[in-house]
Amino acid sequence: MIEVKNLSKSFSGFLAVNDASLKIETGSITGLVGPNGAGKTTLFNVIAGVHAPTDGQVLLDGQDITGLAPHELFHRGLLRTFQIAHEFSSLTVRENLMMVPADQMGETLWKTWTNPSAVRAQEEQTRAKADDVIEFLEISHVADELAGNLSGGQKKLLELGRTMMVDAKIVFLDEVGAGVNRTLLNTIGDAIIRLNQERGYTFCVIEHDMDFIGRLCDPVIVMAEGGVLAEGTLDEIKANEQVIEAYLGTGLKNKEAS
Amino acid sequence: MTDILNAFILLSNFVLIPAIAYGSQLALGALGITLIYGILRFSNFAHGDTMAFGTMFVILFTWWFQSMGINLGPLPTALLALPFGIACCIGFVLITDRTVYKFYRKQKAAPVIYVIASVGVMFVMNGLVRFVIGPNDQRFADGERFIIKAREFKQMTGLSEGMSIKVSQGLTLVTAVLVVIALFWFLNKTRTGKSMRAYSDNEDLALLSGIDPDKVVRVTWILAAVLATIAGTLYGLDKSFKPFTYFQLLLPMFAAAIVGGLGSPVGAIAGGFVIAFSEIMITYPYKKFIAYIGPDGWTPNGLMQLLATDYKFAVSFIILLVVLLFKPTGLFAGKSV
Ligand SMILES: Nc1ncnc2c1ncn2[C@@H]1O[C@H](COP(=O)(O)OP(=O)(O)OP(=O)(O)O)[C@@H](O)[C@H]1O
Ligand SMILES: [Mg+2]
Repeated sequence: MIEVKNLSKSFSGFLAVNDASLKIETGSITGLVGPNGAGKTTLFNVIAGVHAPTDGQVLLDGQDITGLAPHELFHRGLLRTFQIAHEFSSLTVRENLMMVPADQMGETLWKTWTNPSAVRAQEEQTRAKADDVIEFLEISHVADELAGNLSGGQKKLLELGRTMMVDAKIVFLDEVGAGVNRTLLNTIGDAIIRLNQERGYTFCVIEHDMDFIGRLCDPVIVMAEGGVLAEGTLDEIKANEQVIEAYLGTGLKNKEAS
Repeated sequence: MTDILNAFILLSNFVLIPAIAYGSQLALGALGITLIYGILRFSNFAHGDTMAFGTMFVILFTWWFQSMGINLGPLPTALLALPFGIACCIGFVLITDRTVYKFYRKQKAAPVIYVIASVGVMFVMNGLVRFVIGPNDQRFADGERFIIKAREFKQMTGLSEGMSIKVSQGLTLVTAVLVVIALFWFLNKTRTGKSMRAYSDNEDLALLSGIDPDKVVRVTWILAAVLATIAGTLYGLDKSFKPFTYFQLLLPMFAAAIVGGLGSPVGAIAGGFVIAFSEIMITYPYKKFIAYIGPDGWTPNGLMQLLATDYKFAVSFIILLVVLLFKPTGLFAGKSV
């Protein structure tokens, strides 16, 4: 469980996250929505250790993880994807995925010499896992392509694929669906549900697509102007006057009514 | 016909062969600079003095081996001392990283701060080298001097121009080729090498993967120290060892790294040869060459030298400026500077 307590983050005086408190229950797929600039990505960045918070605390299963470096959090099972897809552009898609698992023996120079068979065996295992993920995401045809040459949507898939390479505890997805076509979006949705049910991943999902959120997420947290505006099931959120005003707009309400 | 052959041999002897050797030395130096830039993201001004530092240990071990009567026959004893020199250089460089650069990494300091810190490290290394071995020229080459002597070549071919290939030149080329093959194998095939490339591509993402940043940084320094010591030793065998010369090598080495594209290993090698060939071709006096290929009686009065050897560093500088103006990412599209 992730617990965010009175978290604030200011960029030279501008409060991007303002006294936000929220909980992400273990085993849940929690949605995080809100207008552009609400501070969702910033909140992710603070939780994931990219930015140090100006104020407040982040707890992972009761342990204070505030201000830990990204790679330390990674080792504790906290993974995240980037809104603007990141990739190792000069490595192939498969190599990109194979970089994810930690503690690879090949990373220790002398083991490459003293115990080559074990190193190779482990590498084969990682490669097999990467191939599974590639197949699952239906990107086999670009497996040996340099990741830098992928399309925007394919890079998003690679982002998701990365989280499938290790046994994560909690995964933060920042708009994995943006720029991905409908059918693939459904596949991604299925993947998230399966990871959640079969491998026990907890998810926190930022997404602007309400159908996607509706299909996956319970509960949904709404952020606006750096703070948490509301929390509940999607239906509760949709009925919330404040949320309608700040985010969903009256159009949706009219549509629902008709 | 013999005139053309003579002209060709003349150029090979005074331009081609020296430039290949010098280019290999610059390439090895520039590789170290480019690796540090790609992964630690700063221009390491201490690299020239790291070369001097590593080479100094090679020389000290060489002298020690010589005093014990250990040698490699026709090959320079320095080859035997090389691994020991490398080990000392690695040790020192890792200590500097621990005591200096690590602090700034924690602070997430701006690149310019690293550069200034590296200037500080440069002065420390420079001082240490001068303190231990002194500022003067040191010769430490022993064994055979030549693979082919000019006189033998003349006798063999009957040409009036001779071509000599020094052992140090042959050794430089062979070593450089082996080192470059090993380095590229390492970067492209091993997990650590891939981690380094990944880290160089996207640091944020590397931190969110199973890549251990400390390990990547350590291996980068180790590689830089290995490359620096090898480059420095080869240069010292080929010319001579003088601390100030190694400091001066910084300019052509940086020019090579930037011309090739900072962060790009292939670029560093290409850049090394571009700089070496330009420097030597521009400062070579073509008088005799023209006398051979021109019609009779055309022998020019002047030296036909484009630039006096004293100004050879200007060549690197001009190439650097031109590249920065027209293709700031370098020939092989490294990171923009
Ligand atoms: N590194 C930064 N420096 C300065 N301001 C920043 C920085 N990162 C974010 N901000 C500001 O913080 C606010 C919140 O940005 P954030 O990216 O968190 O929004 P978001 O909720 O993710 O929006 P979107 O839905 O468009 O992705 C914005 O006004 C943005 O300009
Ligand atoms: Mg965002």
